[in-house]
Amino acid sequence: MFDSLSDKLGGIFDKLKRRGALKEADVRQAMREVRVALLEADVALPVVKDFIASVTERAVGQEVMKSVSPGQMVVKIVNDHLTEMLGSDTSGISLAAVAPVPILMVGLQGSGKTTSAAKIAKRLKEKENKKVMMASLDIYRPAAMEQLKILGEQIGVPTLPIIDGQLPVDIAKRAMTAAKLQGMDVILLDTAGRLHIDQTLMAEIIGVREAVTPHETLLVVDSLTGQDAVNVAQSFSDQIGITGVVLTRMDGDGRGGAALSMRAVTGQPIKLVGTGEKLDDIEEFHPERVASRILGMGDVVSLVEKAAETIEAAEAEVMIKKMKKGQFDFDDLRAQLRQMKKLGGMSSILGMLPGIGKAQKKMANANIDDSLLKRQEAIINSMTPMERGRPKLLNASRKKRIASGAGVSVQEINKLIKMQKQMAVMMKKMGKMGQGGGMPLPGQIPPGMEGLIPK
Amino acid sequence: MTEDTIGKKKGWFSRLKDGLKRSSTALSGGIGDIFVKRKLDAATIEELEDLLIMSDLGAAVSRAVCEKLSKNRFDKEIAPEEVQAALAREIAEILRPVATPLNIEADHKPYIILMVGVNGSGKTTTIGKLAKKFQKEGKSVMLGAGDTFRAAAIEQLQVWGDRNKVPVVSGKVGSDAAGLAYDAIQRARAENSDILMIDTAGRLQNKSHLMAELSKIIRVIKKQDEAAPHATLLVLDATTGQNAVQQAKVFQQAADVSGLIMTKLDGTARGGVLVSIAEKFDLPIHAIGVGESIDDLQSFDADDFSKMLVGLEI
Ligand SMILES: Nc1nc2c(ncn2[C@@H]2O[C@H](COP(=O)(O)OP(=O)(O)OP(=O)(O)O)[C@@H](O)[C@H]2O)c(=O)[nH]1
Ligand SMILES: Nc1nc2c(ncn2[C@@H]2O[C@H](COP(=O)(O)OP(=O)(O)OP(=O)(O)O)[C@@H](O)[C@H]2O)c(=O)[nH]1
Ligand SMILES: [Mg+2]
Ligand SMILES: [Mg+2]
Repeated sequence: MFDSLSDKLGGIFDKLKRRGALKEADVRQAMREVRVALLEADVALPVVKDFIASVTERAVGQEVMKSVSPGQMVVKIVNDHLTEMLGSDTSGISLAAVAPVPILMVGLQGSGKTTSAAKIAKRLKEKENKKVMMASLDIYRPAAMEQLKILGEQIGVPTLPIIDGQLPVDIAKRAMTAAKLQGMDVILLDTAGRLHIDQTLMAEIIGVREAVTPHETLLVVDSLTGQDAVNVAQSFSDQIGITGVVLTRMDGDGRGGAALSMRAVTGQPIKLVGTGEKLDDIEEFHPERVASRILGMGDVVSLVEKAAETIEAAEAEVMIKKMKKGQFDFDDLRAQLRQMKKLGGMSSILGMLPGIGKAQKKMANANIDDSLLKRQEAIINSMTPMERGRPKLLNASRKKRIASGAGVSVQEINKLIKMQKQMAVMMKKMGKMGQGGGMPLPGQIPPGMEGLIPK
Repeated sequence: MTEDTIGKKKGWFSRLKDGLKRSSTALSGGIGDIFVKRKLDAATIEELEDLLIMSDLGAAVSRAVCEKLSKNRFDKEIAPEEVQAALAREIAEILRPVATPLNIEADHKPYIILMVGVNGSGKTTTIGKLAKKFQKEGKSVMLGAGDTFRAAAIEQLQVWGDRNKVPVVSGKVGSDAAGLAYDAIQRARAENSDILMIDTAGRLQNKSHLMAELSKIIRVIKKQDEAAPHATLLVLDATTGQNAVQQAKVFQQAADVSGLIMTKLDGTARGGVLVSIAEKFDLPIHAIGVGESIDDLQSFDADDFSKMLVGLEI
């Protein structure tokens, strides 16, 4: 139906010269295609705009290696950013509270609350060995309580006996009492579908929330939802407060842009996805899969991997050349720091390397934690491109400016400069090792050393 | 609160109007912000395009509509309402050809209506609403509980049957839906019903085995009456985004859909995807759902819908 984004981007960048940094004008042109791709995937417009702005900022000025096309490079940047935004913090349902742990299901009409409640109950029962009870607070939809009862029977999970004429708040309280008496670990509360602008029904659910203080409040959203996703997410999250999202109907052929809208607006993780009508059809959320689905490229995963591979190889080559010359500027250091944040600390990386002197190991062990890495990156970000490329420029007044820009002391800047110098020395040593035949030549990176090469 | 009190909070038409108005306040507010008497320049057109996108018209259609609008050159400065009116006219032009009420031809008896659509779009509820409408028009109605799959789907339709005091033909859970359709037609004939509405289980259009099952239901119906189903109505949920286009396409191919109903227009979703669908497929849009109660159904009016879409009073 749609040309793949990579084709379109390829078309744009083919006309450009291939070397050098990504230029702002070209990136902007590419982002027009990205924008359309996101809109076709039903990502809500305000979210699209934010995304484009931040990814543009990230892409402009990035070096394009000679073996990578600028289109590939942009696709990779977009895909990485999207995956990151969709959530690296994949967390499941939390049960860390006093039993019976109340879980409240909320959402628009027909989004899949009742079915998802039963799926979650089955999962908790079978995978986590929990004693689960379900209760329906839906006094409106015809046969809603019957529906939950039947689902409970299908999965062997008890449901709260139905008493006609009781209000949702009272049912919720009765459910808590029953669950407590019966020694349940979890009590799942299904609610009637409601519009976020229906003040009466929103007030009703606030009443329920106050009565049972749910540990998890899950917003159940149809993955086929369009632009309205932002309104729904905003209202439910502002009025009721949610702790996570369940995205249903991911077994459809929708592109699932609602996932991004939900994440961006609520800031809460997508905890589970529904992938069918059967009660086993529920899975963990995989940001990278959804990212490629949103970008609408069946080939995106392999394409991006290929791009990443080429980029890595090209970067490695440049790196090794630099190493030989003993060059190691702040751009390199920043790349390094980012890599470390991913890999979990410098010591683990240096520890893997053969033939590193004691001094370096000591440096590596100097307690480098995550916040330090972040601060160091902030310092480098406050430098001008010229300063990053030529560390010798850093005189007292420049250091002062950078310190105030990054919100750190000049002392910390000095530490970082020292680190950069030490690294440069080390690079030179390693470069020589490479030349001396002790280590493989460019292109054949020894095992364990990949970590040092920025990806 | 009983189910009957829900619909009584407000009159029926004012509820509809409120619903549609709500769904367009953001849009109209937006237009008001943009057009404080100024020329329709490129930047303004782009902002206008954004507003249409936010109502689910889709990137391509929004662009096309705005381009057409900008061709009608507005040299002098114009007020927001004028732009809104012009925009509504553009959209109404696309929708008018497909705004057709559901016409029950008396020469088919029973007139067989098959309800189809993806999960949770509002098929069963819409059957309940239509039953009331048809009875008011003096027709006798029977319902067939063709969703033999989903938990309590039969019970749900039975409640709608009871509300309307019309008979519901049902079978066993898990039984063959095509067989149920057969039974329902037999019974509607025996009882001389004017209209038989057959509910079906929700199915996503990309599931070929479920679409094949739907084709089978239709084949069985055709064996009873070559011309049936006389209407096959696809129920679309207004909150659905661009995937609704694909739903219309695939259901039309597999089930020979004869018309559309869009539900849940009482929320903030605006259902702008109908404009894309109207442009791509020659499918009549019969009605809209504006709530969960029995009276929350309204015939589809292209001008009203378009005006509401751009934030104008009907
Ligand atoms: N294909 C598919 N269907 C689903 C999924 N989750 C739910 N459904 C179906 O969607 C329809 C609506 O599901 P329900 O669980 O009744 O939705 P609900 O939110 O409880 O609906 P209300 O209570 O009326 O607001 C049913 O037909 C379900 O079988 C899913 O992940 N995939
Ligand atoms: N607000 C609103 N809710 C509606 C409307 N039409 C249906 N609903 C609600 O949407 C939910 C699903 O409606 P159903 O009629 O069960 O949908 P369905 O297509 O039969 O669902 P499945 O059989 O599970 O595929 C119910 O909670 C209905 O009350 C409408 O126009 N407005
Ligand atoms: Mg429900
Ligand atoms: Mg149904």
